Amino acid sequence: MADTLLVGVDGSEGGTRAAKFASKRAKESGARLVVAYVIEWSPYTFNTPQENEQRHKRREEEITRAESEVIQPLVSAMKGEGIDAEGVVRHGHAAEVLSQLAREHKAGQIFIGRLGMSKLKAMLFGSVAGSLVQVSPVPVTVIP
Amino acid sequence: MRLFLTAFFATVLWAPVSWAQDAAGAVGLDERINQTISPVTNAIAGIVFYSVPITDDVGLPVIVVWLVVAAAFATFYFNFISVRAFRHAVDLVKGDYSNPKDAGEVSHFQALATALSGTVGLGNIAGVAIAVSIGGPGATFWMILAGFLGMSLKFAECTLGVKYRNEYEDGTVSGGPMYYLSKGLAEKGMGGLGKFLAVFFAICCIAGSLGGGNMFQANQSFQQFVNVTGGEASFMADKGWLFGLIVAALVGVVIIGGIQSIAKVTEKIVPFMAIIYVTAALVIIVMNYDLVPAAFGAIIGGAFSPEGVAGGFVGALIQGFRRAAFSNEAGIGSASIAHSAVRTKEPITEGLVALHEPFIDTIVICTMTALVIVITGVYTAGSGMGGVELTSLAFESAFSWFPYVLALAVILFAFSTMLSWSYYGAKCWTYLFGESRSMDLLFKLIFCIFVVIGASMNLGPVVDFSDSAIFAMSIANIIGLYILFPVVKAELTSYWSRLKSGEIRKYTSSEAAE
Repeated sequence: MADTLLVGVDGSEGGTRAAKFASKRAKESGARLVVAYVIEWSPYTFNTPQENEQRHKRREEEITRAESEVIQPLVSAMKGEGIDAEGVVRHGHAAEVLSQLAREHKAGQIFIGRLGMSKLKAMLFGSVAGSLVQVSPVPVTVIP
Repeated sequence: MRLFLTAFFATVLWAPVSWAQDAAGAVGLDERINQTISPVTNAIAGIVFYSVPITDDVGLPVIVVWLVVAAAFATFYFNFISVRAFRHAVDLVKGDYSNPKDAGEVSHFQALATALSGTVGLGNIAGVAIAVSIGGPGATFWMILAGFLGMSLKFAECTLGVKYRNEYEDGTVSGGPMYYLSKGLAEKGMGGLGKFLAVFFAICCIAGSLGGGNMFQANQSFQQFVNVTGGEASFMADKGWLFGLIVAALVGVVIIGGIQSIAKVTEKIVPFMAIIYVTAALVIIVMNYDLVPAAFGAIIGGAFSPEGVAGGFVGALIQGFRRAAFSNEAGIGSASIAHSAVRTKEPITEGLVALHEPFIDTIVICTMTALVIVITGVYTAGSGMGGVELTSLAFESAFSWFPYVLALAVILFAFSTMLSWSYYGAKCWTYLFGESRSMDLLFKLIFCIFVVIGASMNLGPVVDFSDSAIFAMSIANIIGLYILFPVVKAELTSYWSRLKSGEIRKYTSSEAAE
């Protein structure tokens, strides 16, 4: 069975760079590539009743948008290059979900982009790259 | 239609101003609003609170018996589910049993938090003070007991709310007593009765939304505002209508203008205010730890043989039960509307989660308020004081600056409760008059007007109307619950056996892969 690589994207430039880097690696090694978009979400937030009522609808919209605007273009471009690529959209905390996906798909490596936050910003808001490196079950490559 | 509404809104907004000019001489505007509305609210309260005389000066309101009997029945019928499932409910809230595939949907925690922000509010701060000032410390005991019994009732109504909710094509959901009364009773071959009860419930819920969910909140937050800005001498002292207009404008901006950011901010601040409030109460209790045994003594002793309470034992009991029901809303049906938005395959799980609502609301937060009032002894000193002023005085005796924090907490609690109840009211209004935007808007306009009325009135008539409207909701709701209890029991038995057999298990990270 071929190796599997996982790349996290979010529609940003950093994510696109990571996707390019990962597809190059996948092409070279003939690995399968899983392209993941994680929509930031937590089950422990405080919502208004209106938000709760609309939540299911919003979730569908969020998934559709992520798929059509980010995942589909990337995956079809990769397929065009002959890579065995697959897209996935999930809700949750980015670092946790990417680790989870790595286990599910038995990926050997994770690629992600970075925001290039200042130290202070990263301390205040937490950086996905920083926490993923701590929790990931497999090696993580952060693309500058 | 739009023109009509604009004209309507303009008239209503300007009317108080023109009255104010007329009334500047003899009677204050607040007094005039009070005189106009009180006879109506008194009449309504008289019907809902029909009392059986126990002694010469105390009667037992039939509606209180109705609620307590239903809560006690549910507690025994579901075999103390509130104790049995307490731990499991904690696991459900934590998300241990939530399917990871449902990430992004409304979680149990979110549904509970939303419902709680509708119930935790002035009932916990002002309502308890009313109970203790009228019923003595012993009222606290009955309040806690009513909270405990109410857990089982809340469990039943929230399970049904999820089971019989409407799920629309566009993915939005609507649930609550109006749906389980009409659909649930139709399943039992009582469609006619179900429809009637659903409509009756919806009407009462609209009144409750305008009363307890609105006027009472506006009134009490105004009282506390005046309190901290100098009492009688405050520049706002006789300008309840002005305070009402400001709050109405803020509420209107959120619910009509759709400025959800204000609502979002409120929903995020309120939990922290609740934590600050409970922490302050705990600090006062710890500071006076030597008085705690005496306070418990007064609470338990006062429950059975109170001194100086009108009606003695029954007087304390009525006050305790009445305030508990007003605070945690078990049997009222309102929370069921909020809980219905959760994403779950098992309606029973939301019912179990909802058990925690009366627990947090009444057994934890109300008890804190009561202990502070009893420990500081202000309920005897502050004679003639009721509601939020008394609570404020109790906290002030420990921290002189606390009334300001309390004023902020009260106004925020009131605001979030108003937002929740405007939602409940609007759901019932559109259930009755059709789900159109214009109907939704019309209700929200009426809602804003009642904010002004509530802020302008005296406490007495406001409390009576709030109580009667909210308690009236329980008439239809509980009739339906008795008929539908077996449905809940069947769901519970099935779920519980699958849980015990291991068919329903916690999701672990490795399992989520499948």
